[in-house]
Amino acid sequence: MLDQVFRDEWSRVLASLVGFLGDVDLAEEAAQEAFAVAAERWNRDGPPDNPRAWLVVTARHRAIDRLRRERTLTEKTRLLDRPPPTEMALGDSAVPDERLELVFMCCHPALATEAQVALTLRALGGLSSAEIARAFLVSEETMKRRLSRARNKIRAAVIPFAVPALHALPGRLRTVLAVVYLIFNQGYGDGRADLAAEAIRLGRTLTDLMPDEPEPVALLALMLMHDSRRAARVRDGAIVPLPEQDRRLWDTAQLEEGRALLGKATTAGGRGAYAVQAAIAALQTEPSIDWAAVAALYDRLCELTGSPIVELNRAVAIAELDGPGAALAIVDALDLDGYRYLHSTRAELLRRLDDVPATREAYRKALDLATTDAERRFLERRLAELGR
Amino acid sequence: MWRRALVRYALLINERPGAYEGMSGAERAAITAEYVALRHDERVFAGERLLPADTATTIRAGDGELLLTDGPFADTKEIFGGFYLMTAADLDEVLEFAARMPAIRFGGSVEVRPVWEG
Repeated sequence: MLDQVFRDEWSRVLASLVGFLGDVDLAEEAAQEAFAVAAERWNRDGPPDNPRAWLVVTARHRAIDRLRRERTLTEKTRLLDRPPPTEMALGDSAVPDERLELVFMCCHPALATEAQVALTLRALGGLSSAEIARAFLVSEETMKRRLSRARNKIRAAVIPFAVPALHALPGRLRTVLAVVYLIFNQGYGDGRADLAAEAIRLGRTLTDLMPDEPEPVALLALMLMHDSRRAARVRDGAIVPLPEQDRRLWDTAQLEEGRALLGKATTAGGRGAYAVQAAIAALQTEPSIDWAAVAALYDRLCELTGSPIVELNRAVAIAELDGPGAALAIVDALDLDGYRYLHSTRAELLRRLDDVPATREAYRKALDLATTDAERRFLERRLAELGR
Repeated sequence: MWRRALVRYALLINERPGAYEGMSGAERAAITAEYVALRHDERVFAGERLLPADTATTIRAGDGELLLTDGPFADTKEIFGGFYLMTAADLDEVLEFAARMPAIRFGGSVEVRPVWEG
């Protein structure tokens, strides 16, 4: 019970502290201390009437104590110049929601992508550095260094804790959404449901915080629709391609929520990359897939992103429309030799063209580049089927 | 809520070699005028433009003696051409100012760094 309260409150409390203290390091230390005190005291005495305000006030006191100690030290050494915070009684009124400021600070484009991701998961998601390290397959030490370097840059270069000015907002929002989608794909691609769930939670937070922006809604719709197929995506430890998935395993409630959100995003004027991808995801989960519509949406996505990976996906739709030969011509024109899905897609097309030696070679290349066991098993199975 | 004190930043301007070749005198003068106008922004408290890199001498430790090289430290894609020092409330304010440097339009870059406050 307490864990849930903590996870729900962490980002709100932390955001309020960063706003109050103007220092992300100090805010996080103080928040951690307050949550530790709460864990002990609430278990014994029960939670207070307003847990959030209690946590914020307790953390503020901790931070002020710390600053006083440091200032005594500073007066001796004359080294530190942290501004003295004013003490302020927090009434019973709700703590203002400053999570949006926190999101834009964590996802500031002056920070490296991996730093944005780590900070967002820590500050907004409330994940520990050990949990983030596990999710991204690096040591806890490495992740701690990454977070500490990022926080140091925020403080030293004064990356603002603020929602960007209107003229900068679209670009800055794109960075935020890219971070969330990257977290989702890290979880989805490797079958780590916890990360995908975290990204969906972040997506929900963003749509709550920016209800008038269509692209966060579209991103949430996209993630929900992809994630609704999670249970059907792997069978006996191997990836199952979409056409072979057992649709009874799809989470239909989640799928419907995704569709409804896509409708909402489109009505609100969402025409960006996430809206288009969500529309594709919606078409692909229809009982009978309208491949012409899918291909048209991929055309639009190519225009928006100019990405060769999108072009590769478009080829899959073209294969259904105009046959595998037409698709292969598109695929072979792409400069994506190091990309694993290029080779698995080529293999699939060559298989349909009955070119067994070329199919085998393409599957082998894909196998060399595969990053998960589920992918490897799928490719090995396909290779074995060719042998018969 | 307290307000943060202003922070000092350095803007290090790196130019693409040959960026101004083939330009008329008037075009060069217009670019110089842009830099001068930026220098006159009230937030800027220092700024200098350096002479071209072929006037540089680089000094470093060699085998027991000091080594001099004619020219800049290394052959790079960009050459350090000048700097500004300014105060601002936060990084966004500096980045907005830095984005107006002509060097960026001509294939160069501007590195923004906070100044050591000891």
